[in-house]
Amino acid sequence: MSDEEDDIILAELSDDELVLQMHDDLYDGMKEEIEEGVNILLGRKWQPYRVLTEALVAGMTIVGNDFRDGILFVPEVLLAAGAMKGGMETLKPLLIESGAPRMGKMVIGTVKGDIHDIGKNLVGMMMEGAGFEVIDLGINNPVEDYLEALSREDADILGMSALLTTTMPYMKVVIDTMIEQGIREDYIVLVGGAPLNEEFGKAIGADSYCRDAAVAVETAKGFMANKHNQLPAG
Amino acid sequence: MTNALKRMLAERSWILTDGATGTTLFNMGLSSGDAPELWNVEHPDKITALYKGAVDAGSDLFLTNSFGGNGARLKLHGAEKRARELSRISAEIGREVADRAGRPVIVAGSVGPTGEIMAPLGELTHELAVEIFHEQAEGLKEGGADVLWVETISAPEEFIAAAEAFALADIDWCGTMSFDTAGRTMMGITSADMVKMVEKIKNPPLAFGANCGVGSSDILRTVLGFSAQAPEIPIISKGNAGIPKFVDGHIHYDGTPELMSQYACLAVDCGAQIIGGCCGTTPDHLRAMRRALESHTKGARPTLDTIAQTLGSFSSVSDGTDGAAPSPRRTRRRKD
Repeated sequence: MSDEEDDIILAELSDDELVLQMHDDLYDGMKEEIEEGVNILLGRKWQPYRVLTEALVAGMTIVGNDFRDGILFVPEVLLAAGAMKGGMETLKPLLIESGAPRMGKMVIGTVKGDIHDIGKNLVGMMMEGAGFEVIDLGINNPVEDYLEALSREDADILGMSALLTTTMPYMKVVIDTMIEQGIREDYIVLVGGAPLNEEFGKAIGADSYCRDAAVAVETAKGFMANKHNQLPAG
Repeated sequence: MTNALKRMLAERSWILTDGATGTTLFNMGLSSGDAPELWNVEHPDKITALYKGAVDAGSDLFLTNSFGGNGARLKLHGAEKRARELSRISAEIGREVADRAGRPVIVAGSVGPTGEIMAPLGELTHELAVEIFHEQAEGLKEGGADVLWVETISAPEEFIAAAEAFALADIDWCGTMSFDTAGRTMMGITSADMVKMVEKIKNPPLAFGANCGVGSSDILRTVLGFSAQAPEIPIISKGNAGIPKFVDGHIHYDGTPELMSQYACLAVDCGAQIIGGCCGTTPDHLRAMRRALESHTKGARPTLDTIAQTLGSFSSVSDGTDGAAPSPRRTRRRKD
């Protein structure tokens, strides 16, 4: 291939070309290029929210689709999410300042006894990539920690992850406690992890089982759309 | 002295391993979220029963209750300093059960993943991973394990770190990865990739293969992928008994003993020499598998259609080895 492909000068691209190039650069996990692209668009007086949705979220959607379809795997997605994060560092304060619309807020963590957080981290990153606010509780969460964070953060969604056969039943403990306290219906509960499946998710009372991070994002978007539709008008 | 597993591999056309550890301990009262490895000290009688269940059902080899017994995992339970001790005891109990079996039974010291992502993508350095695995390896060796057995690995870097640690401990080993994502490991490794990796390791395993994953059809497709590369090292197939369901407050895997018997015989035909179960596989399954294997004559390599008709459909169209898998999109900076 020709040398000129190595010498793409982001600042010389038109807005449309730059956005497409940023989708490519996210796909390739190029953090510095994404940071540069975000700054160029902001310099061209783009609203922070437009940079987020058209350049970053749209680019991460392509990554997410290819992850869902078994074309990209965890290493590539981690790199892409890392690049996205680079751009978000600049955007985040500006988004808050400009009062950009919120997609929703998710509390996420692996359940008690489970240290395997690779999947959970991916979901967190992809959710952020889709514009959600993510409160990451890390690993090994007892039921109290989930409930405390949901209420403190006024969250919309609870995401629980378990990778082990020995830890996945704990998700039911959390959901049962939410039912006992009468707060189950206040939140959307999404569960995931390698040993789980859809039927399992239903059996323990989750709203949905999400096969991977891309599916988690799509599912969360769908539930949030429904939730907004149910809000009383005015 | 020749290793007991090496001898068995030379003498036998198939070797039956054990089944589930985690799900079996659950049925004995382990609470979700607790460390199974602590039971080596708190409930040695139940660990004896776990091992004996497999041996009495006809297993030639069983894994010790030490899957999460490395420092990185035990930290969660405040037991990171006990990795060597808990691993040693898991093997000691195993040694006792194996020596009373009245026939050769191999004690394989289970070593699970650290749960961390390795550098440069993640934080865990190669040196630290080797140190973590080495500590556990020494414990399992002290306890009398015949071989070590690293399992459910997704990253090649972690597999290689374990191999290096086992060389430091100077003990023979086996290793399996979990192919649970569109026929590959979570990190995108195909069955063919694994063969290439294993054949390059300086202290090669006595056997290599797949464990866990999603269902018995998928794991056999992976085994076919291994044997297509004609590796010199024997192949392991240790698959789950179906998929997990939640029934009456308990985890139940839906694969029947009949299904696991068919899986075991097909695994032989696919080219595996060490065959067994993983999650959800009970002594009932193992007994049925033993009976089936004893009356089975190795047949021709099954086609994917035969596997799907016998055991159910695959979780993905391709496993990345047939050239039919979609490839990543071309981007302008990418030169390939």
